[in-house]
Amino acid sequence: MAESGARVQGWVGVPTLEAIGVSKDFATLRANDNVNFSIRPGEIHALLGENGAGKSTLVKILYGALQPTAGEIRWKGNRVTIPNPAAARKLGIGMVFQHFSLFDALTVAENIALALPKNMRRGLSATIERVSNDYGLPLRADAVVADLSVGERQRIEIVRCLLQSPELLIMDEPTSVLTPQEADYLFVTLQRLAREGCAVLYISHRLEEVQRICHHATIMRHGKVVAETDPAKETAGTLAQLMVGAELHAVARSPAATGPVRLALGALDVPSSDPFGVSLKDISLDVRGGEVVAIAGIAGNGQGELFGALSGEKTNDRPDAVVIDGKNAGRIGITGRRNLGAAFVPEERLGHAAAPGLKLSDNVILTRHRTGDELVVTGIVRPQKATRIVEAVTRDYDVRKGVADPEARSLSGGNLQKFVVGREIDRKPGVLVVSQPTWGVDAGAAAVIRQALIDLARSGSAVLVISQDLDEIFEIADRIAVISRGHLSPAEPASGLTRESIGLLMGGIGEGKRAAEKEAVHAA
Amino acid sequence: MQLRLDRRPEPSRRMMFLSPVMAVVLALVTFFIIFAVMKIDPFRALYLYFIDPLTAGWSVEDLLVKAAPIILIAIGLAVCFQSNVWNIGAEGQLAVGAIFGSILPVFYPDWQGPEVVTLMMLLGILGGMLYAAIPAFLKNRFSANETLTTLMLVYVANLMVDYLARGSWRDPAGHNFPNSRPFSDGQMLPVIFGDSVRLSVVFVLIVVAAAWFMTERTMTGFKIRVLGQSPRAAAFGGFDRKRMVYLAFLISGGLAGLAGICEVAGPIGQFRTVVSPGYGFTAIIVAFLGRLHPIGILIAGLLLALSYMGGEGAQIALGISDQTTQVFQGMLLFYVLACDTLIYYRLRFVRRSVLEVARATG
Repeated sequence: MAESGARVQGWVGVPTLEAIGVSKDFATLRANDNVNFSIRPGEIHALLGENGAGKSTLVKILYGALQPTAGEIRWKGNRVTIPNPAAARKLGIGMVFQHFSLFDALTVAENIALALPKNMRRGLSATIERVSNDYGLPLRADAVVADLSVGERQRIEIVRCLLQSPELLIMDEPTSVLTPQEADYLFVTLQRLAREGCAVLYISHRLEEVQRICHHATIMRHGKVVAETDPAKETAGTLAQLMVGAELHAVARSPAATGPVRLALGALDVPSSDPFGVSLKDISLDVRGGEVVAIAGIAGNGQGELFGALSGEKTNDRPDAVVIDGKNAGRIGITGRRNLGAAFVPEERLGHAAAPGLKLSDNVILTRHRTGDELVVTGIVRPQKATRIVEAVTRDYDVRKGVADPEARSLSGGNLQKFVVGREIDRKPGVLVVSQPTWGVDAGAAAVIRQALIDLARSGSAVLVISQDLDEIFEIADRIAVISRGHLSPAEPASGLTRESIGLLMGGIGEGKRAAEKEAVHAA
Repeated sequence: MQLRLDRRPEPSRRMMFLSPVMAVVLALVTFFIIFAVMKIDPFRALYLYFIDPLTAGWSVEDLLVKAAPIILIAIGLAVCFQSNVWNIGAEGQLAVGAIFGSILPVFYPDWQGPEVVTLMMLLGILGGMLYAAIPAFLKNRFSANETLTTLMLVYVANLMVDYLARGSWRDPAGHNFPNSRPFSDGQMLPVIFGDSVRLSVVFVLIVVAAAWFMTERTMTGFKIRVLGQSPRAAAFGGFDRKRMVYLAFLISGGLAGLAGICEVAGPIGQFRTVVSPGYGFTAIIVAFLGRLHPIGILIAGLLLALSYMGGEGAQIALGISDQTTQVFQGMLLFYVLACDTLIYYRLRFVRRSVLEVARATG
């Protein structure tokens, strides 16, 4: 697949960018330890490592967001200091972050204009639409960011970089929010960029992707570079082993023993309050105790609205639209639904699942203040109890953090995800609804989270997973439904489904099938 | 050389404490320069402003009297600001509190005693709460921006006070002065210390302690913090934003109303056309200068009260306008907001050459 082949041996050109002996200390933690790294023009270069291996730190140094404690950076052979991201962009380094930095209230064009020098702002909307179409990332320049899905927001970030014709493009977990088809388009984009001579630094946890498109891989563990390799010559297994430093265990899954229906959606309708949002139409679904049901779908097809309707952040006028353990919960808010034994993990961990500026113990209180954990007694908060829960979650889910009870924002993405998933599973909820459980989480941590979801289901709970990651869905789901433009296909046993059949459903085949059936019944 | 701001990975706790101190120092330096430009001996002016009021027993008492309403209001505003509710109309809530609290002494001049004073206090709180409920309702129901509604309602309230003092509440035996009849002792807060320190100082201590307890220990304080910092996470936690808007407004309005009636039934002693020299606005500065923390507000309130006293003293001794007090307070707010940047950002000097290298190679 990597048609331009592996890195050419005995190559004599000047690397686009080199890091020589770079170290970075944070207080007592050495996040990067004497890292040597180089990337050549036209090369798609993978940076692999677990959460907390030091990838993000290295990338932030290359992008000027952090200053190294020691070592030097060379840009096309010249020693440079990159004091800030603006300087990095001036050099020709573009970066697409895992967490986007966009203003929700502004349009696509306005967001992009903010990052560009003044002389590039003329005729920007047309340029944006042209470049985005050229690279297979269609965008409407006048759309307001708040109305876009995560996948579309990522496109803005990518297009923003492309407009500045970068010579090095850094991509942090780019495909984590994309469908397989969208990812394929992205790969075409990246390969085209590489052919044009742009170097691409590609950070991903998805080893098959790395094998497919990357020419070279640098693997980091505990802040050090532990290996450099040609990914095409490795298997996903050997790459994972290099990253983790030990053999990965596959997720163990016993067949589902299904119990009574614990979560039911009865012809749920949620009209969108916003003209660009997705309306949910006539969604019915039963999730039984003991099974994991997954909802697949492309970003922005109503997953966010569905999660809100399930969690009770948006209540429904019809009490029987959402039924939790036999109780009509449609009109009950999120706290009431938690009291019925349900737990929820939303897609965005920072700002939704957890308040960034609060300590982890306070974030435990955030979702568990009324769930019978006695964290709050007659209106008085008991932080010690919350701290004990943080300790338990830290131990069970291997949450890595610098201090005992840090602010949520100081955790790396994967570790925070382990925390917010662990916080809910620790309650042993009867019903768990989780959106994108392993987005941006490394292979080891993802396995832990997926195993925990399966174990929870097998202990008798109903688990509903909303995910865009088909590998994940096939790994854990007993039944699969697909959401497409607000319609949900009937959940089918996973064993009878293929990627192709799901792909078709994602593309909208089968939408309105239920509606058509209904009409037929009425007509008869 | 070029000055740059780099984002800190974590907000600096040290700067959190240092920022208000730096703001005070910078405001003093600026004040010093202003006096020097005005050809007034800056040392003498600063002495008159900030030291002289502390040298006599009566003036220390006066300091407490002035600080009490400011602190009461600022504690309430801190609750608002923490939950991202921008109530800047405490001055109006204070005025309505003064009106409500004055109903009893104006209409029943002969009814006196502790029970009357207690009722007056409760009415004052009620008035402030009701008046603050208006912008809360408008915000929740119509998404009306509370910075505008609260500020505009200040003028409405002040005109109501003016109307009453000149109109139906005017003292018939008062030679046409626009005042109500003077309240009798049984309708005023008792003096508990010296000649002029009244029970309101005890209210301040109770409110400061209660506010501390609420923010640090209770679920309500927790909700306020989460709603202010991260509204979406708060909704995920199941906290009702609209209820919190009401709560924040009611707490701050009630405390402003209490401050209003304490003024009327205390240092002023009758209902007048003007019941506050801008305590409701000064409290905004105090709330920020005090880091929205009850203890910080206590200290900042004393400092700002000092500037009021110094302003009066300087007016007499140097013949400068008392507007300089407002200049000082304005500068202080300006500097404290500016210095707060340093909590989240680090100031760095960058040599131009480094930047140019980056540009040249790019």
